[in-house]
Amino acid sequence: MSKKIRNNPLGISMDRRMFLKSAAAGIAAASALPVSAADAFDINAFLQKHFREMTEDEIKKVIGRLEKEASLEWKKDVRISAAKATPGVKFGYGLDLSRCIGCRKCVYACVSENNQSRNPQVHWISVLKFKKGEKWIDLENSEKYYNPKEVPEKDSFYMPVQCQQCEDSPCVKACPTQATWKEPDGIVVIDYNWCIGCRYCMAACPYGARRFNWSKPNVPANELNTETHYLGNRPRYKGVVEKCTFCIQRTRAGKYPACVEVCPVGARKFGNLLDPKSEIRYLIENKRVFRLKEDLNTNPKFYYFFAT
Amino acid sequence: MNRGSKFIFGIMTVGIFFMLSLAVGAAVIEKAEEKKDDIPKFFVPKPPPSGSFPCSKCHTYRAIDKKKRKLELSHTGITLKHAEEQRWCYDCHEGDKLKLQNGQLIDFDKSYLLCGQCHGTIFRDWKAGIHGKRTGLWEGEKVYLLCVSCHDPHQPKYKPIEPKEPPMKPADIKLKK
Repeated sequence: MSKKIRNNPLGISMDRRMFLKSAAAGIAAASALPVSAADAFDINAFLQKHFREMTEDEIKKVIGRLEKEASLEWKKDVRISAAKATPGVKFGYGLDLSRCIGCRKCVYACVSENNQSRNPQVHWISVLKFKKGEKWIDLENSEKYYNPKEVPEKDSFYMPVQCQQCEDSPCVKACPTQATWKEPDGIVVIDYNWCIGCRYCMAACPYGARRFNWSKPNVPANELNTETHYLGNRPRYKGVVEKCTFCIQRTRAGKYPACVEVCPVGARKFGNLLDPKSEIRYLIENKRVFRLKEDLNTNPKFYYFFAT
Repeated sequence: MNRGSKFIFGIMTVGIFFMLSLAVGAAVIEKAEEKKDDIPKFFVPKPPPSGSFPCSKCHTYRAIDKKKRKLELSHTGITLKHAEEQRWCYDCHEGDKLKLQNGQLIDFDKSYLLCGQCHGTIFRDWKAGIHGKRTGLWEGEKVYLLCVSCHDPHQPKYKPIEPKEPPMKPADIKLKK
């Protein structure tokens, strides 16, 4: 008794009994594969939905799973927040080029706040050095590896570059999986569980602000910042892209980004672009301001200014 | 009126004008100090007083010498590099206090009023949160630093510091096996 279930062009015919038998054998074989606790395959990770399509409950479940995973791995209580953007807030950043002395304290404060890989090294901020008085906007001719005894050096000025949080972000347009998007408060974020590591966004970014994890991020357990955000500084995976998020875990909790707090000369300013009384609005209205590569129409929310 | 009395009358007029303007100026400064709203509330603790504070522990026994000279007995650590041609100690110091141009004495923790006399635009930026470092909350309580937290008032130029190490060059980045 061999009843055809449906027409099939390959001409494979299989009766019900045979199908069940082979399916059972297949499941048995799969479950017999050696699985260690560390890289246990969680079906929920595979079935996770896009972050913006998840309900509150689903987000809570995902965060619970990720917190458990991270806490197991780092043997520390890692907290992952999913704090939403506050309505009426759009973040803007100001950087005073007349004050920056190029000490790179922001670079390393960012690394420890945001759990970047130490080796291989990942930095979200690049501090570029230019000669005063020369044509300097050719960013490719700037010096990034300067290493004098003391800064500032004579006849030089410095320009830190990080994610400019563009309103019309080329990276967001380039992403084939919509793993990166602009949040309502203007921060461009990445879902590390949705990123497939194609690096199209890195090619699209005119500011070189995005970084790729070529290997599993290497962070000493005692230096891990355990206050994290799902879209920000939570521990990342190998093969995903990351970048500055204006310290989303701090700024959505009302605090200044880590780079603002560490800057010894107070060159870095931060605030709400929609609040007319904010520092950022004051400097845009009263100082000489420019944005990097304005001609590309990316509409950055990162304002370089001269306070003097 | 003869020439002489005209001259004296002129001097008196000018003198009265100057006195009036001085008084008005002082009133404006006092008013600015009273108007606390635009002065930030949160400061870092007072900068640690140097070893020679309070001044009165020696200066009550010394006559005031306003002559510019090299200090050899005390305050040898202070080098004045701040419009030193025009300035001497007693232009800003008096007793245990700081002295404004109008003669008003203020405490050391209000030193921003002293600096703000000349650096008005910077003072304005500082009050708005543009000049100098802020920590705390971007929409809420902020901690402001005093001018003297970053600038030595006698040598105000920001001192160079050692930079952190440069980033690795791509060629030096090795993947861990």
